Amino acid sequence: MFEGLRERFREVTPKAEFCSLRALEERNEIVSVRQNVLEPIQTYQDRGVMITVVEGGGYGYAATADLSTPGLRRAVEQARAWARRTKGRMVIDFSKIAWPHPTGDYASPVAQSWDEVPLSEKIALCKRECERLKVDERIADHAVSLWFTRSDSLFLTNEGGEVRQSIARLYPAMRVTASQGTESQTRTYKAGAICRQGGYEILERSGFLTAAPQLAEEVLALLAAPNCPSDTMDLLLAPDQLFLQIHESVGHPLELDRILGDERNYAGTSFVRPENIGTLRYGSDLMNITFDPSVNEAFASYGHDDDGAPAERQFIIEKGILKRALGSVISQSRTGIPGVANSRADGWRRPPIDRMANLNLEPGDATLEEMIGAVDRGIYMRSNNSWSIDDSRNKFQFGCEWGQLIEKGKLTTLVKNPNYRGISANFWNNLKRVGDATTVDVMGAPNCGKGEPNQIMRVGHVTPAALFAGVEVFGGD
Amino acid sequence: MQEYFHGLADHVTSLLQGDEVATMNFSGEASDFVRFNHNAVRQAGVVQAQDLSVDLIRGARHAESTTVLCGIAEEDQGRLAAMIDELRARLEHVPEDPYLLYATEVQSTERMGENQLGPVEEALQAILEGGHGQDLVGIYAQGPIYRGFANSLGQRNWFSTHSFNLDWSLYLRDDKAVKSLFAGFAWEPQRLREKMESAVQQLDLLAQPAKTIEPGKYRVYLSPTALGDVAGTVGWGGFGLKSHRSKISSLLRMIEGDARFDEAVTLRENTAEGIAPNFDGKGFLKPDEVVLVEKGEFREHLVSARSAKEYGVASNGADAYEMPNSLDMSAGDVPSAEILERLGTGAYVNNLHYLNYSDRPACRITGMTRFATFWVEDGKVVAPLNVMRFDESVYRMLGENLIGLTQEREMLISSETYMGRSCESMRLPGALIDNFSFTL
Repeated sequence: MFEGLRERFREVTPKAEFCSLRALEERNEIVSVRQNVLEPIQTYQDRGVMITVVEGGGYGYAATADLSTPGLRRAVEQARAWARRTKGRMVIDFSKIAWPHPTGDYASPVAQSWDEVPLSEKIALCKRECERLKVDERIADHAVSLWFTRSDSLFLTNEGGEVRQSIARLYPAMRVTASQGTESQTRTYKAGAICRQGGYEILERSGFLTAAPQLAEEVLALLAAPNCPSDTMDLLLAPDQLFLQIHESVGHPLELDRILGDERNYAGTSFVRPENIGTLRYGSDLMNITFDPSVNEAFASYGHDDDGAPAERQFIIEKGILKRALGSVISQSRTGIPGVANSRADGWRRPPIDRMANLNLEPGDATLEEMIGAVDRGIYMRSNNSWSIDDSRNKFQFGCEWGQLIEKGKLTTLVKNPNYRGISANFWNNLKRVGDATTVDVMGAPNCGKGEPNQIMRVGHVTPAALFAGVEVFGGD
Repeated sequence: MQEYFHGLADHVTSLLQGDEVATMNFSGEASDFVRFNHNAVRQAGVVQAQDLSVDLIRGARHAESTTVLCGIAEEDQGRLAAMIDELRARLEHVPEDPYLLYATEVQSTERMGENQLGPVEEALQAILEGGHGQDLVGIYAQGPIYRGFANSLGQRNWFSTHSFNLDWSLYLRDDKAVKSLFAGFAWEPQRLREKMESAVQQLDLLAQPAKTIEPGKYRVYLSPTALGDVAGTVGWGGFGLKSHRSKISSLLRMIEGDARFDEAVTLRENTAEGIAPNFDGKGFLKPDEVVLVEKGEFREHLVSARSAKEYGVASNGADAYEMPNSLDMSAGDVPSAEILERLGTGAYVNNLHYLNYSDRPACRITGMTRFATFWVEDGKVVAPLNVMRFDESVYRMLGENLIGLTQEREMLISSETYMGRSCESMRLPGALIDNFSFTL
């Protein structure tokens, strides 16, 4: 992998305050069966580098798929040209940044390699599970897919930094839609959020192989269910909804580049101010949020970020108090605010920006049954299907596939189209129970959009179930 | 670049055996990107990238793959030879595809955009000068974009454009800002100055104390940009044949039931007047227009080649996701100059943010107001409005609650750059709507 690239980079490295090469080779393979018919198998081979140069305090990058010495030299000159062009015009003097020059490596834990499994077996698995979803004539659509990605990267710097990382990811998905008249309902396996690092073993560990019959049963039940009522009540969220609540109302507002205003024209800003770090009560005492790129199987684990900073577990929110932001080396230099190793790019074609990686809610001490038992009137929601939040990350609204009322400590009526809305800080301050380790699930998303130019990022969220008080809940039309 | 693609297409064709057929799709760009914050540069650089997809077909069996190209002919030819070998091996493991459809009638086309772009430094200097003294944040992109199709039957389709796109905001304080777009093919400094001056003037309106309104039903005006966010969300699964037959279309109640929009609403996929290529990934040419909704009633689906085969209808050149690339909404009869007067008292919404379905079968969408949104009383702007969440059915917005659409329309050229710079656009009027639900 990347044979001779280090030597070629050394040949073309300019005399500059900083220069790095970030190479990525990635292979994607998607096997998908819809309505028992194999869809065209998708494979995608990508390979390229991004050269970054800091010169005279200016900064420039150049991305190319030409990894030859002339190709790298051309990219270095293009990056230098941008560094010279931006000298004195940057948001800060980039020569003052303490750029890391790390060495290290990282590899995803893999028990059974994707490549060891014959294609015919993957196709057969998807077909078998897809067939199990078609249990009734009202099933209008059903599909099962496996998306595998292997990413190998090499990060080199002008002062001898060298990091090699090899990451394998599997993203299995299952979806079934039932319809009657002009009404339709869809169930997905855990909201399509079984996104994990590892190999074929993920299918069994995640429960994917036994999910189909229940999913089909549930979608038919939803078709006959009444709409979710409108009321203010306790809200119990399963991990396949809570992961996105964490993502949208904790992760994004704490990204330091948003706090610094970089994203104001696109993804948005943040209600959090730099002076809030260390003092803001973000949630109740039960709220403990960690940035943890070391969790086994989690989607966004790594050894070093894309600017070479070593990744370590950090408490972001501890007992409800905001301790640090999600800011990379560059953002830390711009603000003096403590951050984490979260400078990440979605490939060699885009420069890294501040991104959450694995952002997790630490487990508490309540079983699911205890949380249900503690509710007089409430609702249990599972499987996100809608998400929206304002540009400051305050006013949110989420929808789920599955809702079940909780009355006097027991799960009762199934309801369809359950939605809820609220304001981030109020919501987290109303966190009243956090599920224990038995409720924890490893979730993730492959498609978080942010940045200019736009980037699609993989993020991980390991979370238990949790109970919130006094939430505005409502249903469909 | 066209010559390079055609050379690779010829090479792939030369590698085929027996009755094998290959279809190929090329995508490329060479883009300068400059990201701004606080009227300074945050990141700047250049991205040069090309990808080639090949679908190797033998009878009804086929296998697809995409590879990045490095631009060195010998190396790229080697990659493609290895890819063909791998695809040929895969054909042994895949069943016949009952929904395979590709163009067999050769229809070659060419649309070459002239390169009128100046040096990127010229734009950089003009933007920083124009934003002097302002809190400017945003992105500038410029350079060529390429798309190509080829097949081993001899068809060649080529599209290239050399464009720029400045997508920026001027911030006054907190979340109070004016967002602007400036896109085209030749840099016009005077146009930038005019747009910057217009944005600065709107900032004056934002300087007044902001108003917060209670949740409830209000009369609103959605600018073409805001209406574009609504239309874009409906385009996400609303018009496609596959989403309809799969029963997940947000317009299901309109297609199969008695829901409808107001008769002022006509929507087309207007390829002829858009800026996107006029060919799809399977070699079919797109018609000049597809009428999606006419006078409030659903007319035609967007149909990809695969859906055409699956459901036994003709393709109309839609891409695999069956979403509009060049959505066009007919103009109405309300003069834009009368909007404030016709709005009377309500919200003037320039931009929306983060839309999503809250009830897909009901085509109900939630989202936020953003940027320069104003409270209007008796036809006069009285205050900027603090952000509000809406949750409203499009059947009501564009149906029973639609007061009117503006006579003037805006061409909105997409500045999106996910997986590469976009070639999508929309042309829309503004919409005056009654009883619009703000919920938070």
